[in-house]
Amino acid sequence: MIWCMKIGRMKMPSVPTLIAGTVLVFATVWAAFPLFWMTSMSFMPEAEANAFPARLWPVNPTLDNYAELFAYQHMGRYVLNSLFVACLATALSLAFNVTAGYAFAKLQFKGREKLFQALLAALVIPGQLTMLPLFFLLKNLHLLNTYVGVVVPFMSSLFGIFLVRQYALSLPDEMLQAARVDGASEWQVFRRIVLPNLRPIMVTLGVFTFLAAWNDFLWPLIVLSDDGFYTLPLAIAALSQEHLQDQGLMMAGATVTIAPVLILFILLQRHYVRGLLSGSVKG
Amino acid sequence: MSYDLRRSLLLGLKHLSPGHVFVAPALLILFVFFLAPVAGAFVMSFTDFDIYALADLKNLSFIGFDNYISLLGSPLFWKAFGNTAYFALVGTPLSIAVSLGLAMALNTPGVGLKPVFRTVLFGPYVATLVAAAIIWRYMVDFQYGWVNRGLGVVGVPPIDWLGDPHWSMPAIILFAVWKNFGYNMLILLAALQKIPDELYESARVDGAGPWSRFLHVTLPGVSPVLWMVALLTVAGYFQLFAEPYVMTQGGPAQSTFSLLYYMYQDGFKYWNLGHASATAFILFAILIGISFIRNRSQETFA
Repeated sequence: MIWCMKIGRMKMPSVPTLIAGTVLVFATVWAAFPLFWMTSMSFMPEAEANAFPARLWPVNPTLDNYAELFAYQHMGRYVLNSLFVACLATALSLAFNVTAGYAFAKLQFKGREKLFQALLAALVIPGQLTMLPLFFLLKNLHLLNTYVGVVVPFMSSLFGIFLVRQYALSLPDEMLQAARVDGASEWQVFRRIVLPNLRPIMVTLGVFTFLAAWNDFLWPLIVLSDDGFYTLPLAIAALSQEHLQDQGLMMAGATVTIAPVLILFILLQRHYVRGLLSGSVKG
Repeated sequence: MSYDLRRSLLLGLKHLSPGHVFVAPALLILFVFFLAPVAGAFVMSFTDFDIYALADLKNLSFIGFDNYISLLGSPLFWKAFGNTAYFALVGTPLSIAVSLGLAMALNTPGVGLKPVFRTVLFGPYVATLVAAAIIWRYMVDFQYGWVNRGLGVVGVPPIDWLGDPHWSMPAIILFAVWKNFGYNMLILLAALQKIPDELYESARVDGAGPWSRFLHVTLPGVSPVLWMVALLTVAGYFQLFAEPYVMTQGGPAQSTFSLLYYMYQDGFKYWNLGHASATAFILFAILIGISFIRNRSQETFA
């Protein structure tokens, strides 16, 4: 555990530090191991992936599992579906929630407080409650088996409005007032002054929405029955019902699904954690 | 649009304040796709909405509380309710204990590489649930899985995690703890960092040992946040669905069949949308109950 102590400190680490370091090392191995094993097994040829006892590391690494997924299991199509759904959800969520969140923070209008209280009260309603009537509504709007149908729950969200409002409250009123005195319309104030200053929270909301839409399962499962529109979670859940014995193939499918969101999280971690800690409202 | 219509619309917009125009699109969407469906679900739960009504609303009739009565008399509903409560009430304390323990470890002075630990420990929370559930199906495999191999090292005989109705829910709880602890860990870490060092110092001066410092400084310091994350986690765990759907299909012997699974199957496999709405509302009633505890506890602690 020497390497996890602060470098440059010559005195012996204290007992609590040693215990905490040990606990963290074990917990980290426990947290990372399934993801490591997934990646490692996805590169194993069939004989190694199915070998007993299970192996940790491929002896003859191969891309066969990925080749099979993309050539015969339409994985390319599912990746594009997921990418498109997640990007569309992110774009729409930003468009609707940023304008509303800013207005609730900085613009005076009749009924603002009452509306906001109503939205706060609505936070307790679980999304699942809406699913049965929403299915009927989308059927009548002919939006079943469409990308738009999948992103409907992400377009405007209470979490998104609160997140942006919280951040926009900190914008100085003088800055907005100065622009208004110079004759800018409300839309120009928003476009030129507010939006550039809200950029950090837009990244936060964007990452949250992208990850939520990419990882979502129950709603797409309900809306999409045509497998041409399947997102990755639906595709690999369906694949696992036919190919459970084919462990290398399943692990490659899981890797294709998880890797993009893990990489996105690592790159934009700072922004993600800001959203997580701001009010701790679950989205 | 004709010129006159457009002009009168623009005039109408001018009478509204800019604030209304800014919030209108989001509120309209929320109304159409969120609030109206909630009201719709409420109405639906008092009807016999089924596949014929889905085709033509003329086939719909109101049946009062029949859906609720039939649910409360159905053994499958109670099975799903019991399983869900088991998952939520056992899974939550375990998840919170792991989150708090690791948050405290991350908050210990002198430990290096904290950003690395934090990032890796948060990984499972970000990972796609369905894909992670597939990995864990192999992790808890009877013959092949690493969990049984690990237990074998300490002399525990192999457990048929997903094949034995007594062990299937513990397996899902194990998976859920792994998947979710990172979120609450970061929130609790932020709360721990707000406890002033002087409190620990003065406790030490008074001769308090580590356990006593934990009980009298750490726990009171984080308890409002601890309550909040615990209740949010219970509420989240009552919405159990994808884990059993991927890992066990609700089995074996319906031992992992959950309330939301019941709603999904009832509504979207057998098309009993009215009946399924009643299940959704009972789940909602449970969540409202939990949020009342939350409001009460916030008043006590804040």
